[in-house]
Amino acid sequence: MKAHKYGDHVDTDVIIPARYLASQDEKELASHCMEDIDKNFRSKVKEGDIIVAGLNFGCGSSREHAPVAIKASGISCVIAKSFARIFYRNAINIGLAILECPEAAEDISDGDEVKINFDTGLITNETKNKTYKAEPFPEFIKKMIDNGGLMASLKAGRN
Amino acid sequence: MPMTMTQKILAAHAGLDEVHAGQLIQAKLDLTLGNDITAPVAINEFEAAGFDKIFDDKKVVLVMDHFTPNKDIKSATQCKQCRTFAKRFNLKNFFDVGTMGIEHALLPEQGLVAPGEAIIGADSHTCTYGAVNAFSTGVGSTDLGAAMAVGYTWFKVPAAIKVNVTGKKKDFVSGKDVILYLIGKIGVDGALYKSLEFCGEGLKELTMADRLTIANMAIEAGGKNGIFPVDDITREFLKGRVTREWTAYDPDPDAEYESTVELNLNEIDCTVSWPHLPENAKPATEGKNIKIDQIVIGSCTNGRIEDLKAAAEIFKGRHLADGVRGIIIPATQSVYREAIKRGYVEIFLDAGCIVSTPTCGPCLGGHMGVLAKGERCVSTTNRNFVGRMGHTESEVYLASPAVAAASGIAGHIAHPSQVGVRS
Repeated sequence: MKAHKYGDHVDTDVIIPARYLASQDEKELASHCMEDIDKNFRSKVKEGDIIVAGLNFGCGSSREHAPVAIKASGISCVIAKSFARIFYRNAINIGLAILECPEAAEDISDGDEVKINFDTGLITNETKNKTYKAEPFPEFIKKMIDNGGLMASLKAGRN
Repeated sequence: MPMTMTQKILAAHAGLDEVHAGQLIQAKLDLTLGNDITAPVAINEFEAAGFDKIFDDKKVVLVMDHFTPNKDIKSATQCKQCRTFAKRFNLKNFFDVGTMGIEHALLPEQGLVAPGEAIIGADSHTCTYGAVNAFSTGVGSTDLGAAMAVGYTWFKVPAAIKVNVTGKKKDFVSGKDVILYLIGKIGVDGALYKSLEFCGEGLKELTMADRLTIANMAIEAGGKNGIFPVDDITREFLKGRVTREWTAYDPDPDAEYESTVELNLNEIDCTVSWPHLPENAKPATEGKNIKIDQIVIGSCTNGRIEDLKAAAEIFKGRHLADGVRGIIIPATQSVYREAIKRGYVEIFLDAGCIVSTPTCGPCLGGHMGVLAKGERCVSTTNRNFVGRMGHTESEVYLASPAVAAASGIAGHIAHPSQVGVRS
């Protein structure tokens, strides 16, 4: 999984600009994901790649369209030094894996090949031959992400 | 265990005697809010999960304010979806064009939020209601979808930062200058995951409009919520608006605060946040070389009657500079009506401005004032991120209504005293 690296305070307005919020179609949202900060994002991201960023990732507007657009772009996980709280909650609720790990966020470079073990929280940088440890999600959150989010999880639990 | 204001409200809604920072709780909600952008996603989630009931037809509030009056077919379709949902569940608080206003100006005005209540909204500026001592915070659409059905949600009890307000406001200084200054001081993640709890003898200097603006932008410091205690100013505001019973919560004297920020109003002058983060706060007087193309006065942050009053006092007998477009947006229908009655609308029109119906419109680059490449706007809104109001190479400077008006007259960022206004 290739890492795509960004800086601090990546806000939800650049993740998915408001001019596209009249749509709820995740493919359409994905086609504009990150375009105001990185015009090449869409063409360079391959299924399973990850985003690595600095402090306060996802700050600003509460739009759930932001994690939805990232997930629908094929991104399998976002690693950051810290997340804005609404984004954090939204990501879990819609089933986008996110990990807070300042060490990994600092050390991973753009283009590095990275592997993540979600059970242990171990992040392996295959390019630099290094590992970093993130706090793994508790079981119920892991289940929620595996099920595809909060609602899918509630539904799975009910049936 | 001593608790902060926020912790006390959360404990009461979780049915617990006490809570501590970091604790995960399930709390009952007094109100849930969605708008024409976030509610459609919530409704889809609600329906996909198979819910067929809402928890309370008075407590599920929908406000059509972002892309209204609808700017295109897609936004019209989203409003239609909300309208259908509102009809299906007979929502008592569905605000459509004609009754709607910008949600965070509308709800306090209509008495829908009261001290001690717990509120979530699928809009990040839901934290506004801390001004009246409510716990309120922004969530996403999935959280809203679930909460509309069940009337409760989970929270992690936040730690808190105490903001000790002292001193007196200088001339032309308003709540907007105070919050921009504070964000400049602590940074856009200075309160990440935390409550900002305001207290101190300086609070008596802050009007309810000031407090609503300050609490509104707690999220711009990363805060989960911003909250004020109840005093005579709050009681005066609530009179005639809130008729149900409410409970005020003060912090315990020995409540645990992670840190205390001293905010001396004597030190704060008119403040502007430069692009592209709200933390880039500087005195307005440093903006002489920043020529501008547009001003916007409105939004959930600064679209109340007090804001229009401050702008009208600057504009009276003055005109926009050549080449500057002035867009004034009263936040609600009653603010609009009052602005007409008091003659503000005439002052704005004489000054060369336009006055629009309530909408969030330009704040998020939706409509009614989108910026082209290279354009600059002084705006009373709350975010100046890259591309927030339009082209990624446009610039937004955040300011108070008085500074926005003065800047419109000067043609560059200006302090009101620089365009000859005397206090």
